[in-house]
Amino acid sequence: MPTIIVDGQEIEIGADERLNCIEAARRAGKEIPHYCWHPGLSVVASCRMCLIETGSRDAATGKITMVPKLVPGCQTPVKDGTVIVTESQLVKDSRARVEEALLIDHPIDCPICDKAGECLLQDYHFQHGQAERRADLHPFTSRRRDVGPTVTLFVDRCIMCTRCVRFTREVSGTAELMVTSRGAKEEIDVFPGHPLDNKLSGNVVDLCPVGALGDKDFLYQQRVWFMKREANVCGGCSAGCSIHTEHNQDTIYRLKPRENPHVNGWWICDEGRYGWHHVHDPARIVAAGRRAPTGGAFTTVEWHDVVGRLRDDLKSAGRLAVAVSPMLTVEEAWMLCAVARSIDPEAFLAVGHVPRQGADETFPGGFTIRGEKCPNRLGVEAVVALFDPAVRSWDDLVTHVRGGKANAVWITAAYPGPWLDEAAAAAFAGLDCLVVQDLFESPLTALATWQLPAAGFAERAGTWVNVAHRAQSFGQAVRPPAGVWPEGRLFWNMLGRRGLYDPDAVRRQVAESSAALVALAGEIPPHGVDLRIAQLA
Amino acid sequence: MTTASQPVLLEAVGVPDGHTIASYRSRGGYAPLEQVLAGKQPADVIEMVKSSGLRGRGGAGFPTGLKWTFLPKDHPGPIYLCINADESEPGTFNNRILMEDDPHQVLEGIILSSYATRASTAYLYLRYEYPQSWHRLQAAIDEAYAAGYLGKNIRGSGFSLDVYLHRGAAAYICGEETGLIESLEGKRAWPRIKPPFPAIEGLFRKPTVVNNIETMACVAQIARRGVDWFKSIGVPADPNNPRDPGSYGPKLYCLSGHVEKPGCYEAPLGITARQLIDGQGGGVWKGRRAKAVIPGGISMGLMTESELDTPLDFAGPGKVGCLGLGTAAVVVIDDQTSIVDFLHNSCRFFAHESCGQCTPCREGTSWSLRMLERIKAGKGRLRDLDLLAEIGGTMGMMPGSTICGLADGAAWPIKNAIKKFRGEFEDYIKRTNPSGWMVTDPVPALQIVGAH
Repeated sequence: MPTIIVDGQEIEIGADERLNCIEAARRAGKEIPHYCWHPGLSVVASCRMCLIETGSRDAATGKITMVPKLVPGCQTPVKDGTVIVTESQLVKDSRARVEEALLIDHPIDCPICDKAGECLLQDYHFQHGQAERRADLHPFTSRRRDVGPTVTLFVDRCIMCTRCVRFTREVSGTAELMVTSRGAKEEIDVFPGHPLDNKLSGNVVDLCPVGALGDKDFLYQQRVWFMKREANVCGGCSAGCSIHTEHNQDTIYRLKPRENPHVNGWWICDEGRYGWHHVHDPARIVAAGRRAPTGGAFTTVEWHDVVGRLRDDLKSAGRLAVAVSPMLTVEEAWMLCAVARSIDPEAFLAVGHVPRQGADETFPGGFTIRGEKCPNRLGVEAVVALFDPAVRSWDDLVTHVRGGKANAVWITAAYPGPWLDEAAAAAFAGLDCLVVQDLFESPLTALATWQLPAAGFAERAGTWVNVAHRAQSFGQAVRPPAGVWPEGRLFWNMLGRRGLYDPDAVRRQVAESSAALVALAGEIPPHGVDLRIAQLA
Repeated sequence: MTTASQPVLLEAVGVPDGHTIASYRSRGGYAPLEQVLAGKQPADVIEMVKSSGLRGRGGAGFPTGLKWTFLPKDHPGPIYLCINADESEPGTFNNRILMEDDPHQVLEGIILSSYATRASTAYLYLRYEYPQSWHRLQAAIDEAYAAGYLGKNIRGSGFSLDVYLHRGAAAYICGEETGLIESLEGKRAWPRIKPPFPAIEGLFRKPTVVNNIETMACVAQIARRGVDWFKSIGVPADPNNPRDPGSYGPKLYCLSGHVEKPGCYEAPLGITARQLIDGQGGGVWKGRRAKAVIPGGISMGLMTESELDTPLDFAGPGKVGCLGLGTAAVVVIDDQTSIVDFLHNSCRFFAHESCGQCTPCREGTSWSLRMLERIKAGKGRLRDLDLLAEIGGTMGMMPGSTICGLADGAAWPIKNAIKKFRGEFEDYIKRTNPSGWMVTDPVPALQIVGAH
């Protein structure tokens, strides 16, 4: 195994690993500060913050020879015998000077900057900078430049790391951003008439190590230190990108990509990034309502009463058909099927409506936006297959209902937007009992006997299986609007379970009952597990 | 072993129609090329250039033949030759003379070098501000195609070469070899990180050699006059320094500034600055004394009057604290010129030309300029000199803080001026800022930014 020496500490790296000094030092617990380097982008070695001293140890004699100058850690690969020095006076002085240089033209308007609190320029200044400002220059302007529908550029805060420029060239492949002018006058800009409007544009804000690129959706909404972050999975499409939901007091403020080499790398699309606003839509259904058989308005039913009365209504109606929404988690889907079969052992189970919008779209950097706009079709299909190997679809359900084979239908939906029109909903008219569980009122709720609220994205906990069969578990990030029981809690209570809804317990139970889902038995790591690999094993 | 000689590189200067192919052939041009194509292998040409001890004339003085051998062996191609004619170093105009007055000499060198390196395409990257060179070179290329020295299967040898003349857009950084390559590819001329070096991965990610115009002229003359002729001129290698390859051959010195007879002079490498100024240059103008002399373009730093006996070969200027010989553009500064003004001008140039890629250079060049502006506005402090010296001492490829050598070139005048003329700076600051020159307090608090 190759051995490298970081500040005197010997560490081993994998024989086939290609690491640069920043990555190798991190293994030894040493953080080399850097701005321009990003693992998802090409190396330019231009910020010069990661300058370190390196050398090599002769394998035969053990003699260490140092390179007589500073080298950028990002650009320098390590191999057996590489010596890295990150804490010499030379390195410290160099960092202090780079930090000083970057601040010469910086407006230092942290009190009104969105990035304050998660800004590398701030952090590195406190860690590596010098207390005194030696440049008596007054560059304190702060110009704003609109570069696209999602992003604002604060021109003078920029440190010219060019991460954003490289992103639009290498990952989105759209190349809207560029560098204009030269020397200390250079700036980031867009080409005239070509704003930054690609489908991945929000990522440049995440990439920006300072406060230069501001997300218009988030601008001035919340100080970052007030927010908590929950590891989550995006529900916008079947890609299932790993994200962080950042929230404060049950209000979501923004979504950020969470690095996951198996799914999304470092990126998410704008559709997912800004796709959480429905969660806080005041038009959401927030109470369980039941309509009298004679019609009229919904009367609110207390949640503890819902459990029993819903079961009674469905039971008395007779033959039951259930649509298990691909927005539900594996745990919720399994409990729903179990509840349905406990009411009617012959219950017709189908995978709910699968929204689709266009074809999959892959970008030059490899990132793909899926055309299937739900997060868990594969997971729900696997669960439904446990109860009915035929795995019926939404269309099968409609045919089934149109054929008069069901008296009661329970439709789970939880789609973030309108998903069926009046004509399609008409198939469900005239039933003895129609239960609709959705986020918003629709032509379907107009026909419903029961109208139940659904949990929005980030309000549920459980496991989703993405298009590549990767199962990722996540917790509840924010609580639903007051009074709303997420689906899991309702199903848990309808199954007669005691205590609080425990998704982990359900997940383990599902795994025990199914060879296809056995990989869900253990702890699910942050990057998820591949269900197919578990099957092969 | 410096010997006086008739101009060779400049032999066409003053010859009527010397830039035409007919005139060039009448002086013996293209005959060596035909001999090479008829009977020599590429390896023979490389060996010839290697044994001549020719070092690149662009500034760094890297041995040309050695550079060619860095190309990968048995590469399927294409291999590119880039000719750096982006002559932007202040004070330098030797390439211009060659391109305007004897373009075929340059072309013959390019064809020979392409043959040696097996390049099938050569790009000539020309500085925008040289319209006459542009016309003359294009005419010469057209003539060479018509005469069968360029194109497919040159003179029946099976060797093919196309030469393209590319006009830059006027940026100093395009003279850096990888900046030039990026610019040729149609990108912003930001120098590349090395490795990989251009010989392995250069233009369009193919093996590439970048050579200077004067180097090409030297290759043509070596082929015509022989290795022994070339080695008989200049300064031999220092036997006590195994890393010194010597400084052989004639060199074009560009003499400008406060001299009686400025101009481009051909002299053997190793002539001292004083010999050049007093001999060819006719002495410092108006009977004055020199205060300082730039040995090879402003990025090489400054020599004082007492250092003028330094030989202007590849090793000489470095011995008196300058960066090197550079482009051998000797600029004389007389004793009535302010070094503060000189440094201000130098800093202004580099702040304007820094490409802006690496933080230390981008901010360092701009900061030093703004400090000089303040000093000139009568608000200097002695403390500023230490800061300037620190910027000069830490910015550049040599301390490792930048990707390319532009920062070293920007740092050297600062470093040399502060070190060699510190007294003059101190006097200037004390005289112009009598009440504040000694202040060392931190700079006053920040101005408050308005809402935006």
